[in-house]
Amino acid sequence: MNRRNFLKTAALGVGGILLPAKDSPASVWDAFFQKYYREMNDKEKKDVVARLEKEYEEKYKKHIKVKTNAPLPKVLYGYGLDLSRCVGCRRCVYACVTENNQSRNPQIQYITVLQFEQGEKWVSDLEESNKYYNPETVPAPEHFYMPVQCQQCEKPPCVKVCPTQATWKEPDGIVVVDYNWCIGCRYCMAACPYNARKFNWGEPTIPVDEINTETHYLGNRPRIKGSVEKCTFCIQRVRENPGRYPACVEVCPVGARKFGNLLDPESEIRVLIETKRVFRLKEELNTQPKFYYFFSL
Amino acid sequence: MAGKLVYFLLLVVVMVAMPVYSEAQDNTTTMDNLTENDIPKFVTTKPQFTEGIFPCSNCHASMTPNRQRRELSFHTEIQLNHAKRQRWCLDCHDADNRNVLKLANGDHVTFEESYNLCGQCHGNIFRDWKTGIHGKRIGYWNGDKTYYLCVNCHNPHSPHFKPLKPLPMPAHPQDVTKVKSTTSIEVDGRKLYIPVYEK
Repeated sequence: MNRRNFLKTAALGVGGILLPAKDSPASVWDAFFQKYYREMNDKEKKDVVARLEKEYEEKYKKHIKVKTNAPLPKVLYGYGLDLSRCVGCRRCVYACVTENNQSRNPQIQYITVLQFEQGEKWVSDLEESNKYYNPETVPAPEHFYMPVQCQQCEKPPCVKVCPTQATWKEPDGIVVVDYNWCIGCRYCMAACPYNARKFNWGEPTIPVDEINTETHYLGNRPRIKGSVEKCTFCIQRVRENPGRYPACVEVCPVGARKFGNLLDPESEIRVLIETKRVFRLKEELNTQPKFYYFFSL
Repeated sequence: MAGKLVYFLLLVVVMVAMPVYSEAQDNTTTMDNLTENDIPKFVTTKPQFTEGIFPCSNCHASMTPNRQRRELSFHTEIQLNHAKRQRWCLDCHDADNRNVLKLANGDHVTFEESYNLCGQCHGNIFRDWKTGIHGKRIGYWNGDKTYYLCVNCHNPHSPHFKPLKPLPMPAHPQDVTKVKSTTSIEVDGRKLYIPVYEK
């Protein structure tokens, strides 16, 4: 056998091994040959959604709706977080877990609430913070809190490094992940300066009766082992028309969380940017977050 | 000649622009330049009353108002901790109609519109509340919103926030698979699932 024939045969063989077995159910073939989400037309999206809904129905014995709502025109989402008000109670963390079907075990949480000691170095050095605080009541005296989640950067470094383009920034500014296109290399996690991306090291598990059945393909639909996920500003809620506020905004007991359209001068996010003292986390990295921390006091 | 023409054209431009400009001015009624009678009504959540206490006239109708500033022998559960030295009950509650609140100018407002009362002193907070920066709004970011009343979060008699019990801290990286189960709690009418860790 000469070199050329060997390579040909080897390539065919390897290709054959990688393909799903002949007796696999049709849906496995369909999933294997699924197109890139951004290149799908409406019909193809509908087919994919139908297949996913069937899969979920079999797995969870319950109908889970998967939406593919497109971005709304003339909308760029922005978020505000009032550090003068946040008390570090972590209600947002679990409103997010509940709304977005994060795995309960292994545990995944999109929002990390950092506790700082007053007078301590912060913002430029998050290493000094503590996320494992657990006092009887919060706010603990002489401490303050800063929740961190995906900052929905205008120049997202995570998107730049993805070798399969499984993550991208949508026209409405939300950075999304196609879990079916993600190969789990975790380059994006290394690139993100905010530790906003989480990886499914194991099979994600959620008790069936706790699943939120209103889902979006690019958001809170059930995830798979080996894929990366992150905050999407509750894409399944905010992309409705009219769009609901994200779950973390509605649960905050001190009203510290603000959300709106950056292109609408009347929106609370625009007014607060224009009237309050505002900063963006790690601004010097030029990631241009659309997540604005502010001080109302 | 050319100079005159330019002046004439300028005059025309100004004359055409004037009414357009003034019209534009008239149409912009921001919240801050509304007259007092025009304070917009906000869709709000309901004020929380102690069970069975409202309408106040149930008891007060048959009582003669005592306008003397004093320690009350009733309503003793109310601890006034809100500028106590400058204020007492009848500065905000109306002696003649207990079912409404009283503004500094003597006008009445309902309990559902109590933000007008709070806004008398807390003007800057009121301004932020109207635009959604202070306080909490739920509903639709590009549609109808429900405002939380000041009193839905702050006890009007003792407005400072009470400390809260924090929800469970995240698992340490080596323990992310040691979540025993989840349990549900209710926060502000919403069901949240929180982890139960192994001891």
